[in-house]
Amino acid sequence: MLSTNTRSLTLLFATSLALSIPALGFADELQFNMTEGVTSVSKEVYGLHMLIFYICCAIGVIVFGAMFYSMFMHRKSRGVEAANFHHSTSLEIVWTAIPFLILILMAIPATTTLKKIYDADDADIDILVTGYQWKWRYEYLGEDVSFFSVLKTPSTQIHNEEDKGKHYLLEVDEPLYIPINKKVRFLVTSSDVIHSWWVPPLAVKRDAIPGYTNAAWTRVEEPGVFRGQCAELCGKDHGFMPIEVHAVSESEFTAWLGKRKEEAAAIREAAKQTLTLEQLLSEGEKVYTKNCAACHQADGKGMPPTFPAIAGSPIADGERPIAEHFNRVLNGGQGMPPFGEQLTPVQAAAVITFQRNAFGNNTGDVVQPIDILKYKQGQ
Amino acid sequence: METKHEIYYVPEQSKLPLMASIGLFFTVFGLANWINEISADKDGSGMWVFIAGLAFFCYVLYSWFGTVIDENIQGLNSAQLKRSYVWGMGWFIFSEVMFFSAFFGALFYIRNIALPELSSGPTSEILWNNFKAEWPLMTTPDQALSGDKAVVNGPGENMANPGLGNWLGWLPFYNTVILLASSFTVHFAHTALKRDNKKLFNIWLGITVALGAIFLCLQWAEYSHAYHVGLTLDSGVYGTTFFMLTGFHGLHVTMGTIMLLVQFLRSVFKGHFSHHDCFGFEASSWYWHFVDVVWLGLFIFVYIL
Amino acid sequence: MAHGPAKGLSRWLFTTNHKDIGSMYLWFSFAMFFMGGIFALVIRAELFQPGLQIVEPDFFNQMTTMHGLVMVFGAVMPAFVGLANWMVPMMIGAPDMALPRMNNWSFWILPFAFALLASTLFMEGGAPNFGWTFYAPLSTTYASDTVTFFIFGVHIMGASSIMGAINIIATILNMRAPGMTLMKMPLFVWTWLITAYLLIAVMPVLAGVVTMMLMDIHFGTSFFDAAGGGDPVLFQHVFWFFGHPEVYIMILPAFGIVSAIIPTFARKPLFGYESMVYATASIAFLSFIVWAHHMFTVGIPLTGELVFMYATMLIAVPTGVKVFNWVTTMWKGAMTFETPMLFSIAFVILFTIGGFSGLMLAIAPADFQYHDTYFVVAHFHYVLVPGAIFSITAGVYYWLPKWSGKMYNEVMGKTHFWLAFIGLNVTFFPMHFSGLAGMPRRIPDYNPLWADWNMISSMGAFLFGAAQLLFLYNVVRTILSGKKATDQVWEGAEGLEWTVASPAPYHTFSTPPQVK
Ligand code: HEA
Ligand code: HEA
Ligand code: HEC
Ligand code: CUA
Ligand SMILES: [Cu+2]
Repeated sequence: MLSTNTRSLTLLFATSLALSIPALGFADELQFNMTEGVTSVSKEVYGLHMLIFYICCAIGVIVFGAMFYSMFMHRKSRGVEAANFHHSTSLEIVWTAIPFLILILMAIPATTTLKKIYDADDADIDILVTGYQWKWRYEYLGEDVSFFSVLKTPSTQIHNEEDKGKHYLLEVDEPLYIPINKKVRFLVTSSDVIHSWWVPPLAVKRDAIPGYTNAAWTRVEEPGVFRGQCAELCGKDHGFMPIEVHAVSESEFTAWLGKRKEEAAAIREAAKQTLTLEQLLSEGEKVYTKNCAACHQADGKGMPPTFPAIAGSPIADGERPIAEHFNRVLNGGQGMPPFGEQLTPVQAAAVITFQRNAFGNNTGDVVQPIDILKYKQGQ
Repeated sequence: METKHEIYYVPEQSKLPLMASIGLFFTVFGLANWINEISADKDGSGMWVFIAGLAFFCYVLYSWFGTVIDENIQGLNSAQLKRSYVWGMGWFIFSEVMFFSAFFGALFYIRNIALPELSSGPTSEILWNNFKAEWPLMTTPDQALSGDKAVVNGPGENMANPGLGNWLGWLPFYNTVILLASSFTVHFAHTALKRDNKKLFNIWLGITVALGAIFLCLQWAEYSHAYHVGLTLDSGVYGTTFFMLTGFHGLHVTMGTIMLLVQFLRSVFKGHFSHHDCFGFEASSWYWHFVDVVWLGLFIFVYIL
Repeated sequence: MAHGPAKGLSRWLFTTNHKDIGSMYLWFSFAMFFMGGIFALVIRAELFQPGLQIVEPDFFNQMTTMHGLVMVFGAVMPAFVGLANWMVPMMIGAPDMALPRMNNWSFWILPFAFALLASTLFMEGGAPNFGWTFYAPLSTTYASDTVTFFIFGVHIMGASSIMGAINIIATILNMRAPGMTLMKMPLFVWTWLITAYLLIAVMPVLAGVVTMMLMDIHFGTSFFDAAGGGDPVLFQHVFWFFGHPEVYIMILPAFGIVSAIIPTFARKPLFGYESMVYATASIAFLSFIVWAHHMFTVGIPLTGELVFMYATMLIAVPTGVKVFNWVTTMWKGAMTFETPMLFSIAFVILFTIGGFSGLMLAIAPADFQYHDTYFVVAHFHYVLVPGAIFSITAGVYYWLPKWSGKMYNEVMGKTHFWLAFIGLNVTFFPMHFSGLAGMPRRIPDYNPLWADWNMISSMGAFLFGAAQLLFLYNVVRTILSGKKATDQVWEGAEGLEWTVASPAPYHTFSTPPQVK
């Protein structure tokens, strides 16, 4: 009996130790703690995290220390007699009061930091962040600049046909740009289900609730690229809607914004032109691969019953009026996201033309950007 | 509490629980299929499975209660077992209270938190075209945003308090009077029973059941009126909360009425109950009082405030 | 009334005996634990390395959801009800549960409810894939048809829990032997009394929230739809009003179990019995006013956020009292370390670690970084696996000799313990790190940054799972061919259940014992 017990206890102790060794050993290569981040808020949060952690460690050492001492000393195999005490009011009061005081100690800095996080007023820049299944849309309020931001990692990497890059699943086609040393306010919302906009180095995490806006803010102090992910389960591709924030100097930011505005004007211009079938098809295929293939699949066969096939779909093969096709693509419905805002008129015209002339849907229909504009106005 | 320990009656094996589970399973399995079929506009057997399941389930419950009553008549039930029934019924009613709390909580949240938020700040400006909240909510955020193209439209009319002067022409007022009165009549029935006046007991109990039935008819009339004037389940949150709260209450009144009716029939045809042996009736009457209290909550929070 | 068990299958199908029903609950729960565990192993296998290897993202989400649902509602809760069925009547000197037929009904609903839930795996549209917390509108507007089956499954499962809880309360309040005053009841009975109260208070709220979902999906209401004036966040408030007390439902009976085991093996009475009772009651009370700590990032106003943060932190105080009481019970005892004691000691240590991470999560500003990461997953597995599961395991080893009349194999029990203990820490400890390093939960694929931690976790999970096979083997072997156990079984054990023979007679106390 004696030997089993001693062995058991030694093992218990040794395992606990062994468990902490790998953690220490890997320390350099592996990240195992929260990032300190690059804003004053994120640093405060980090400080808070470490403070509570150390307090818990200290309490742990005392409690577990007492326990292990007792397990070694007060074993029957050592021939001890059990004491018989089972009550002590003063002891009970002490160990109710002390944790309570410790908690107050923790609550004070926590309150201060929380107040700071909630103070989103007087921002220099307002950005409307909208979650979609499964991408983000950024709109610089009052600037007429808005765009979508989609995962850039190729599916070959995801399916292990190619080596994974450094920023695997954390890279997007169109990053969000913000200037440093400015208070940027994010108004977070969603167009479908709940998402959550989270960038750890900024310590910003806000849920995107459809139909409501939530405010968050940041002031980045050093330029850099900061990555994050959607943090609320939002369906199939929840793991595939990253966030990439580029914090740049103010002048760089102004230049970038100017370029964006020009592009917006160019798109409006482009909507007036007439394109050939070939142009539409090649553009349409690109749009399809980027936006539609996630659900309807690259071969147009979809994933029934959730995601219908485009091949042979009555809406896309000419069986039903073309207006239904417009409506489905621009306005979405029943699980299909609306693309009216996301696609430029050229892109929308192109993808509809593509769908009506690919996967065996040989309608020969040609849809021009102007048709899209007309359809939108007619609504 | 003084506890006398007689031999506690532990029933023999019983087929009832397993049968009840099977009945319950087919009831919900059929119902789920049926509802899905309705939503997908498809034909199917869901409805029949549901009906068969429910019929079987009700039959099992009928046998179950019958068994319990028989055991009681045979004198198998000790005072202690009867106390178990009392505790059981009491906690069951508490669980019902919590069920209603969820819906009252939802109403409170929508009126005091959700709507004010929808009608202020960027949420109102950016998302809902300056939607402004009111209660009852006649114009939904969707309507504020999309006008005629809105999918979720507010009600045509609401059922709210028309002002004290108009109460006499206001149906919920009558419903309140009826339900309150029925609480008294059921209490009178109880007092009559305590004096072993079975005739009076039957009369008061019969009146209570009748009042319950009248309440349900009026509720039905109110609903058809509501649907007529365009207040439906899909008229935004007003329709939602109105129908869900009053609807679940109505369902409970139905249950309560059936329970009291059963006790009435037992008393009239089988001569059950005496002043010291009337748990079936007492349990039903507690349930009835509970339903009544819920109505008061409804009357205040759904209709008046 | 002195009839023994019936013969054959009908003994189990139609029984009204608390011991038979308790056994059925326990076996059912064990089966569900394996099922939920297999789902977990699918998750861990997919996460073994970055990239998609084994399952599609949508199926992964189904696995996560079903794992959570099955473990919470299928494994842990029925196991505790099973233990209550076996032990509460024996501990308070009652002949049986207060309402024996309803007792059997509560049990038999469960297999049907879980059959309904599991059948969705084979339906078009697949199993629930919106997380065990099923947030609207992902679970309403954006869910497949099968959600209707999920909703009704939850309804009847809830009905079973409510009836079970009513039964336990009625038993405890009405069936105690003469002299068994409330403050003489074993702590397991106390914790279950309070747990049952929590169940009756919150299961109807869960029924309410799934009903709202049903109406939103099929009947056009707008509870969770802003377009009609509703709010998706309303769902979360109602859900967590149920959900937070629910997590204490999964730990309070565990407190009761270890409060029975530690004094036995320390051969010393439980320290601070009364404060244990009050602490349990305080935890239960506080559990109703902290729910929004799961929603720190949804944008509730600052004051709300602060109130919920403070209230949550407060729970550390009564829980601390419990931990200190257990440690003091061990202090100056004469301890031996049989399998139940090993599991109980591990419970105290690892649950406390889980409690510490809970306290960190309670700090709202820090939760902005922790929320929905593997740090949360680490937290709740530390309170659930070495919390709920270890306490149940400890209870099974502790009472199995009383139930079966046979002694389990101690060496195998200890081996089980050590494998489980190591496996569990290897599985869940690294999750703290990957979570802090920024890995979100509920994702099938991830950046290689977190690859090492995940690989370790996955290996631990398989080790932990394998250890459970040993448990199964040990239990079955004990029942079939274990050595005869004494009536007292444990030298230091006290309480009514140890005064009867092993195995406990089919009807324990047909005449109530006198409690001094
Ligand atoms: C058995 C189940 C169980 C238990 C007991 C607990 C206990 C606690 N939990 Fe946990 N929790 C869960 C199960 C549980 N939790 C689950 C399942 C989730 C996730 C749900 C989901 O999203 O899927 C969750 C999530 C969760 C969150 C949300 C995280 C997030 O999503 O962002 C939070 C935040 O506050 C939290 C806090 C706490 C706290 C403060 C306790 C406290 O009760 C802990 C108290 C104990 C101690 C503190 C240790 C002992 C005390 C001492 C030794 C005294 C001295 C100590 C000090 C003064 C520090 N939990
Ligand atoms: C009491 C509750 C409970 C229990 C016991 C467990 C047990 C385990 N859980 Fe869990 N878990 C939850 C409750 C629980 N979990 C909840 C509520 C969630 C959140 C869900 C959500 O996000 O919605 C979750 C989520 C969750 C995740 C996150 C998923 C994600 O975010 O996508 C992971 C990942 O590793 C995980 C792993 C495990 C593992 C490895 C075990 C192991 O302990 C399991 C061990 C058991 C077995 C392995 C089975 C027994 C053995 C066999 C069948 C034999 C065959 C096996 C071998 C030979 C190896 N769980
Ligand atoms: C998030 C997944 C998703 C994406 C991305 C998506 N769709 Fe769809 N799509 C759906 C779903 C779901 C339906 C079925 C809607 C219904 O049943 O009414 C659908 C239906 C359609 C239909 C009608 C098919 C039919 O027979 O009902 C067309 C056409 C279509 N989508 C085109 C597109 C185009 C063009 C794109 C890209 C620009 C696209 N979809 C991107 C999910 C998606
Ligand atoms: Cu979007 Cu998760
Ligand atoms: Cu909680």
